[in-house]
Amino acid sequence: MEETLNITLKVWRQDGPDERGRFETYDAPNIGTDMSFLEMLDVVNENLNEDGNEPIAFESDCREGICGTCDLMIDGKAHGPEKGTATCQLHMRKYSDGDTIVIEPFRAASFPILKDLAVNRSALDAIVMAGGFISVNTGAAPDANLIPVPKEASDQAFDAAACIGCGACVAACPNSAAQLFTSAKIQHMNLLPQGQAERWKRTEAMVETMEMFFGSCTNHGECHDACPKEIPLDLIAWTNRDYIKSKNKNRKLAGQKG
Amino acid sequence: MSLKVGELNSNLPQGATDNIAEAWTNHKFDMKLVNPANKRKFDVIVVGTGLAGSSAAATMAELGYNVKVFTYNDSPRRAHSIAAQGGINGAKNYQNDGDSVHRLFYDTVKGGDFRSREANVHRLAEVSVDIIDQATAQGVPFARDYGGLLDNRSFGGAQVSRTFYARGQTGQQLLLGAYSALMRQVGAGTVELHTRTEMLDLVVHDGAARGIVVRDLVTGEVTSHSAHAVVLATGGYGNVYYLSTNAMMCNVTAAWRAHRRGALFANPCYTQIHPTCIPSSDEFQSKLTLMSESLRNDGRIWVPDAFEESRSAADVPESDRDYYLERKYPAFGNLVPRDVASRNAKTVVDQGKGVGPMKNGVYLDFADAIGRLGEDSIREKYGNLFDMYERITGEDPYKQPMRIYPATHYTMGGLWVDYELQSNVPGLFCVGEANFSDHGANRLGASALMQGLADGYFVLPYTIGNYLADQLGDAPMNSNDAAFGAVEAEVQDRTNRWLATNGTKSVDYYHRELGKLVWNYIGMERDENGLEKAISEIPALKAEYYKNVRVLGSGESLNQSLEKAGRVADFFELAELKARDALAREESCGGHFRVEHQDAEGEADRDDENFQHVAAWEWTGEDNVQNRHKEELEFNYVKPSKRSYK
Repeated sequence: MEETLNITLKVWRQDGPDERGRFETYDAPNIGTDMSFLEMLDVVNENLNEDGNEPIAFESDCREGICGTCDLMIDGKAHGPEKGTATCQLHMRKYSDGDTIVIEPFRAASFPILKDLAVNRSALDAIVMAGGFISVNTGAAPDANLIPVPKEASDQAFDAAACIGCGACVAACPNSAAQLFTSAKIQHMNLLPQGQAERWKRTEAMVETMEMFFGSCTNHGECHDACPKEIPLDLIAWTNRDYIKSKNKNRKLAGQKG
Repeated sequence: MSLKVGELNSNLPQGATDNIAEAWTNHKFDMKLVNPANKRKFDVIVVGTGLAGSSAAATMAELGYNVKVFTYNDSPRRAHSIAAQGGINGAKNYQNDGDSVHRLFYDTVKGGDFRSREANVHRLAEVSVDIIDQATAQGVPFARDYGGLLDNRSFGGAQVSRTFYARGQTGQQLLLGAYSALMRQVGAGTVELHTRTEMLDLVVHDGAARGIVVRDLVTGEVTSHSAHAVVLATGGYGNVYYLSTNAMMCNVTAAWRAHRRGALFANPCYTQIHPTCIPSSDEFQSKLTLMSESLRNDGRIWVPDAFEESRSAADVPESDRDYYLERKYPAFGNLVPRDVASRNAKTVVDQGKGVGPMKNGVYLDFADAIGRLGEDSIREKYGNLFDMYERITGEDPYKQPMRIYPATHYTMGGLWVDYELQSNVPGLFCVGEANFSDHGANRLGASALMQGLADGYFVLPYTIGNYLADQLGDAPMNSNDAAFGAVEAEVQDRTNRWLATNGTKSVDYYHRELGKLVWNYIGMERDENGLEKAISEIPALKAEYYKNVRVLGSGESLNQSLEKAGRVADFFELAELKARDALAREESCGGHFRVEHQDAEGEADRDDENFQHVAAWEWTGEDNVQNRHKEELEFNYVKPSKRSYK
């Protein structure tokens, strides 16, 4: 049978991008253990609204762990304590009666706060825009079975493609680096035969766009630990290798031997 | 306005009734073209960035049109197409099991319970093969066999294996493909992308759609955007039930606002209730999570015989269990179509045989399959789903049966469109789940992704040219024109009214209450009495909502309650229309089951003589009952028959 918990929340409130933020403390009484973490926040918001206080702005959409919209730092961890789990899939049965939970927005200079717990992650889209695609206009594709793709390559590409673009890797990183996200996007395509034509151009463009926004990787591995899809860390090594090669290859492709 | 209301010209292609295999080819030849150098002279607005919107925007931009894209999400990749699990159909016949374009066409018309347009469905089946090619070339990692070629599986309503899949996340992978194509065009400067921007009205002037009015969700700024044509790709209206498998932000507002400006809304009573979802656990449940239909291949569905069964599942002996689907439908058993499985679950739960703490589910039991195949084999097939179930419920489905119950999943109704996906408002097009076109009264599994991408990649980019060609040399209307200003003012007034209402209850409170009415009266089963109640109770609740909703904060910053307030207001109006549509359709078909219309065995009783038509509703003003128009349907290739799964 479902039990109930009394929880105390310390929540980051910030009225707008340029306003000064602060922590506010709220009671979350009678929280059912079957509730999800975000449903608990829904209840807190209902209570705030009831009392005449503006609800806490926080983002979520699918609440199935796949759209990547939800994005909280919960007790200092991106997406909270449960491994391989996005915030929306975290449930209150992981907590005990009397717990205090600290909730902050994802922290990174490239994720400016919009309001309360909502941040702007459009820098991630900029990286994809730089080269995270295979240039094939609609209608120009050959038959899907024309090129066999070794199952191993397809499976590894899939492991990279499972990234949901939530930005937890950035929030968890002491340097606010986006290497895991960028590597997932690059290797999804670089590992497939279809992605070879633009491999070197893609790698150089995406890595350099990433560096315009985010910090540098110093191999802490916090990104992988925080990742709700457990994207493999070695994709970063593959990308580093591809990036070094791309500097040479891109020159050769342009006819400048060197 | 010179709307084509009442005429309902479906604009069928030559050959629709006597040469369907060539009809789309003929129609493509018959349509006017815009030459490559002229395409850049046209502006097109696309609203929504799911599969249909992203694919349409990317493709039109590749062709040379100037495209403006709007989404309320912070990134196009987050649209709810991302959450589709199962797969996408394509008549490739890679498995050599006798599939063909004609067979996919046939299955889809039959699966839709003979309430869709044959010519549309045939075109859908034709282009299904091109979608698989396109997605694969984009790098979508479909499942492959050890030889490196594409794998398939089978889905409900089909006897061939034609479903392509990408683990349990086919929707995400296909959307990432369309999103990457879209972002390539954004980078190339051919698409102007507006994120966190919600369409709140359509501007219709001189008998055609001229643009839209939007609100920036971060700053609250209301602005106008004009174009030669507007494409809505804004998804379904399942959240009218409050609880559904839709994402939190999914709503009907864009389509509804277009409806209020003259676009007909077709078949709003057709809703798909998916049989295998996790039941709700309390009042504050915010959404329901789907468990893939594929689980019914190995899981057995049952409830205890006794009404007040208190033993745990494992302690209920075989002799005290009712495997009701296997008992009633020996031929299909646990694999009956979605509508049949859902309705039967409702029947046993309503009888008081439901399981779980709230007595609101039925068991989906894997004990037999685990005994027969071993736990490892089940883990390999369904591991991800079992993990997700455990995360949500805290119960281990390897040790005790899953609890499942039906939930709203997909809406077959939507804006009425002709064969070219154009609404009755010239210049307003509608693609994907937001239109009503291809699924009739019931959608088959793995066909939603197919339709969204068919519309976006391979249909709209051709048909929109037929409309634009006549406007060569005309500039789009100036968005500073008074016609836009008037609509902007209306939008601003509506937004301000919510902030000024200053009542006592939250938007969510009213949305939940509305959801209960819609679920109880216009859910899996409908009857005259309940529908009459819905028609009187929904407007009453709506009136209270307008007086007593409380939206705090300002209109000049991110304000999620304010966003929801407008969406819920539109759901109220849609809900009432849905009840009227269900009341007028005196038959049972697909996702629409009228209790009064069932045969002796409790199966749906379709009435082809009186209801073989599309119902398209015309907005007639705030306090008036809408007009019901008919588009008669003709079946020349798949003869209507009774669906039987015994």
